[in-house]
Amino acid sequence: MWSGVLVYAENYGRGLKSSVFELLGKASELRTRLGGLVYSITLASEEVDVHAEELIYYGSDKVLVYRVPKELLPNQLVHRDALVDSVKALKPKLVLISATPWGRSLGPRVAAHLKTGITADCLDIYVDENGDVVQVRPAFTGNVIAHIKTLRTPVIATVRPKVFPMPEPDHGRKGDVLCMKLNIPGNDVAGVRVLGVAREKLVKLSEAEVIISVGKGLRSREDLRLFEELAKALGGQVACSRPLVDVGWMERDRQVGFSGNVVRPRIYIACGISGAPQHLAGMRDSEYVIAVNTDSSAPIGRYSDLLVVGDFYEVIPKLVERIKELKSKL
Amino acid sequence: MNIVVLIKPTPDVTKVRFDVERGVVDRSSAELEINQFDLYAVEVALLIKEVLGGSVTAVSMAPPQGERALRDAVARGVDKAILLTDGRFAGADTLATSYTLAAAVRKLGGYDLILCGEKSVDGDTAHVGPEVAEHLNVPHAAFVTRVVEVSSNKVVVESDYGDAYYLLELQLPALISLSRPVVFRDRVVEPRTPRLGDVLKARRARVEVWDAYYLADVADLEGFGLAGSATRVVRVFNVFEKDRNSITVSGEEGVDRILEVLRSRRLV
Ligand SMILES: Cc1cc2nc3c(=O)[nH]c(=O)nc-3n(C[C@H](O)[C@H](O)[C@H](O)COP(=O)(O)OP(=O)(O)OC[C@H]3O[C@@H](n4cnc5c(N)ncnc54)[C@H](O)[C@@H]3O)c2cc1C
Repeated sequence: MWSGVLVYAENYGRGLKSSVFELLGKASELRTRLGGLVYSITLASEEVDVHAEELIYYGSDKVLVYRVPKELLPNQLVHRDALVDSVKALKPKLVLISATPWGRSLGPRVAAHLKTGITADCLDIYVDENGDVVQVRPAFTGNVIAHIKTLRTPVIATVRPKVFPMPEPDHGRKGDVLCMKLNIPGNDVAGVRVLGVAREKLVKLSEAEVIISVGKGLRSREDLRLFEELAKALGGQVACSRPLVDVGWMERDRQVGFSGNVVRPRIYIACGISGAPQHLAGMRDSEYVIAVNTDSSAPIGRYSDLLVVGDFYEVIPKLVERIKELKSKL
Repeated sequence: MNIVVLIKPTPDVTKVRFDVERGVVDRSSAELEINQFDLYAVEVALLIKEVLGGSVTAVSMAPPQGERALRDAVARGVDKAILLTDGRFAGADTLATSYTLAAAVRKLGGYDLILCGEKSVDGDTAHVGPEVAEHLNVPHAAFVTRVVEVSSNKVVVESDYGDAYYLLELQLPALISLSRPVVFRDRVVEPRTPRLGDVLKARRARVEVWDAYYLADVADLEGFGLAGSATRVVRVFNVFEKDRNSITVSGEEGVDRILEVLRSRRLV
């Protein structure tokens, strides 16, 4: 009998991802309809107890910890073996994985191994009147939303970070911790050797609360300073549409959209961005959208809460000036 | 070096119409072309071939009109094109799609490296590449932003893990799925534009067509198409815009309004 929800707690050597706790919140909610327990599985080389405790505070009843040598932690095939092993041991009805690049690479390997279905980048998961798990996801570059059922067990889904609320941890919560063993053949597990970190990310846009995004209307790379100044004043991040990455003025880490980053800030200010479907796919779920555009008919207007028709070369410096004035008065 | 490139023929998502009632794409609404991300896989395959020699084979699973995308791949320089087309392949989810593609790769045999795009513009899952690797039991790297080095028995790539880019060495045979922009050694990859002469030649080129039975010795027919799919789409909606009470203002008033919003959210 398959029951309960298993949350895969992503850690490849940099600590638990915060989106794991969002998954635990959702798992606790779904469990009331699906029965069984909330399980989590994680791999760790150190701080094993701390991780397990946190997972319990956020809703796990039972935590499986696979202890692996530090150098193997970033090897995805080790995680595949552990996750497959835990699914076989626990028989959960549903497995939740964060739809980070790591999760969207690991999840499908696990699903193919178990010959079951996997639904990518879900925006919601619910249990319908028949007691079936339904997964909600975007397709066609975000133009349509599909509701999907999985006919086999377990149901596996990768879930977009920040779509489920962060639950409150309960520091008095108790749960079981099981230390698990994995047979690991050697340093290059099944043909993969992790040589190390090549580059750090310049910025994690998906975590930004305020984003000032610039588009093709930008005339020179130097003019980016304008936006950096505004971002600094608001404690936000500068981002861009694809053309600025293509010409090499901005890094891929700052691109918003279908082939860049999906963001959900509290405020998204789109300056000189027309609102192509591929750009919207990355920012349409922002809490509040402001667009600054010379063209009042630009599609971005329809996706904005506030459309300022004007030249951002005039609007943004004025805005920065006014913010400075305000701050100096304090 | 024998390279296989997995290409998905996809419609232009900005032109395609979606039949929400039936939950399917109105195939007549747009022609099929090479999925944007797969263009980078084709280009990287050709660049590797320039360095190491060998051959590049393009494989697509698609309805018959998918042939157009494969001819484009031939015009760009792939040596051989295979179209997997059969009613039995229809309705496939990522599990069945990857199973079918893996069967075709197995049937081809003797491959060293499989390349594909990070995801497709219509399915948008990024799952098919890693699933193909699992079916073939070979290592993979997904969201690859740089192919650092490739030799006859291994490939070194930079892969986006989310928090950082990691350097991975994969023993061949292996599969890598490419992001964009992607760097090959030190060069930013830009898909080439096929020459007119090559486009014309590609019109007469042979595209091999394989059906389900042709793969019967390397796969279980039950694993193909809808029968082999573990998921079902139960409903599809056009995305309705979040109810944004859009206000349009201009000039100086714009600055005031933005300030108001920032202030109400305690950002200034
Ligand atoms: C497979 C695929 C994936 C893609 N992925 C992405 C992606 O991830 N992210 C992305 O952004 N795009 C992506 N694109 C590209 C996308 O289709 C658009 O081409 C792109 O988003 C356009 O960028 P833009 O809005 O900055 O430029 P444009 O569409 O050229 O718009 C510029 C806008 O700026 C306005 N403007 C110009 N000057 C000023 C000024 N001084 N003041 C105010 N307004 C001004 C103009 O009125 C116009 O509306 C992708 C495309 C494909 C095919």
